[in-house]
Order: sequence, then structure tokens, then C-alpha cells
Amino acid sequence: MSDASTGAATAGLTVGDVVAERTVHLTRESLVRYAGASGDFNPIHYRDDVAAAVGLPGVLAHGMLTMGLAVGTIEPWLGDSGRILDYGVRFTKPVVVDPDTGADVTVVAKVGAVDEESARIDLTVSHDGTTVLVKAQVRVRTV
Amino acid sequence: MPVNPELVGRDFPPTPPYLVGREKVREFSRAVFAADPQHIDPAAAQALGYADVVAPPTFAIVVTDATLQQLLSQPDSGIVLQNVLHAEQKFRYSRPIVAGDELTAKLSVTGIRAMGAAAMVTSESEITDAAGAHVVTTTSVLLVGEGDA
Repeated sequence: MSDASTGAATAGLTVGDVVAERTVHLTRESLVRYAGASGDFNPIHYRDDVAAAVGLPGVLAHGMLTMGLAVGTIEPWLGDSGRILDYGVRFTKPVVVDPDTGADVTVVAKVGAVDEESARIDLTVSHDGTTVLVKAQVRVRTV
Repeated sequence: MPVNPELVGRDFPPTPPYLVGREKVREFSRAVFAADPQHIDPAAAQALGYADVVAPPTFAIVVTDATLQQLLSQPDSGIVLQNVLHAEQKFRYSRPIVAGDELTAKLSVTGIRAMGAAAMVTSESEITDAAGAHVVTTTSVLLVGEGDA
């Protein structure tokens, strides 16, 4: 649902335009909060001993936390989240969250393609200089 | 291959109704750094035409947790949680999830293929509201490795 005023941001888009960007700082508290909110209590997201035992480089952020915060980046620009038609990602690299220093996740949202009724927004999501989500694409309704 | 290929096409019952609460939406929104007022403030959501606060786009995964549990609880599946990696996730929306929705998810396993000693399992959950109308379809690709619990 939307009215004409919420369509203003999505009018006249050009491929390559950056529509939003932000950096989110994750801490271990963020992971515990996401575990509780989502119900995903896999201990690799909050226990160093379990993460080490299964061969991980450290405690990891939930992939779905990274996916969630990535799309949240475009919402202030988009207005009505009901404009989102589909959203998909591939999880390629883990985000290791240090117990002391946490982890920064940076999201840059660019227009990837435009047609008469929708636009594809490509999200570049990186941590420590490495892309962590591949083909992170949101298709939004523009009319 | 660690996963039973006969899961494809198996009929899973719809999950029990999940009632979306306003405070749950706020809690989830805070957890995914979704600070937009439509997720927090009923008046902001109503200004956009919704009955109550709007759940962030990835909230649908919470509703599909019951379908993951169905998959894991199949005695012949071969799937052990600690061997599961989330490889891909996609959502296709008819509308956003809104507080007050009563949602049911119907699981289907659409593909299983061997990948070395592991298996790629693709599943879809179709989420519908109390009126039976489509809300969102979630598609998950899980990479399932070998090993016992």
C-alpha cells in the first residue's frame, strides 16, 4: 500500500545511483539480541568454544541478521516497505564478531536496473573489506 | 549424499497459526537495526495504510522456523542441524507482514542435489494469512554436510 507521496523517491532513477548507505556496528550483544528476537539459538552465534569446536574462525553474526540490516538501509529512502516485491541474497563469507571490538558491516545500495514498474536495488554488503553477501538484490515497485 | 532425496514432493501439513504481535515486531525491528517508524509506531504505519506496525522484510523467516523444525524432525531426512549452512535466502512478497496477522506456513522441498559429500536442499514455505491469501513465499537453500549428531 502506498500513496503518491511515497513514490517520489523511486521516480526518475538511473542505473548506478547510490540511494542509501550506512555502516552498522555489531557487538556480541547484537547477536544475543538477534538470537532472542528471531529464535535462532545456534550457539555458533554466541559461544566461542562451540565456534572453535566446529572449526570456525570465531563467533559469527547470523546470516539472517546481516540480510535484515542490509535491507533496512534502504527503508528511509523507500518509504513504504510494501514496495518491496522480492529480496534475495547468497551468504558467501561469515562476519566474525570480536568479543571486544565487534564488527562493522557496511551497506551501499545502488540502482542495478530499472523498468517501467520496478527497480532492482543492488546491495553491496561488506565487512573488513570483504563482500559477505553476493547477489543481494531487492526489487521494488516504483509506480 | 547425506540427505534423503525422497523428501522432494513429500506433503507437509500447514504449521499452526502464528499470531504476529506488535511488541514482537518492535523487538525484531530493533534486532535488525530497522529504525524506520513504520516498524515501531502504529500511527506511522497507519499513515501508510496499514492496520498496525509493519514487520521488517526478513521477519518472514521467524514464521518459517516451524517449517525448518518439520524438516529437521523427519526421522529419515538425514539432516542434522549442526551440519547445516544457510547458503541462499529469498523472499517474494504479496504484501508486508503486519502486527495482528495470523499466519500459516506450508513447506515443500523443491530440490535436493549432491555437491561433493554434501547436499544442497532447496525448500519453499508459502505463508498465507487467516483469509488464506498469499503474504510471502520464502525460499531457502541449505548446504547440508555429512556427520552424526
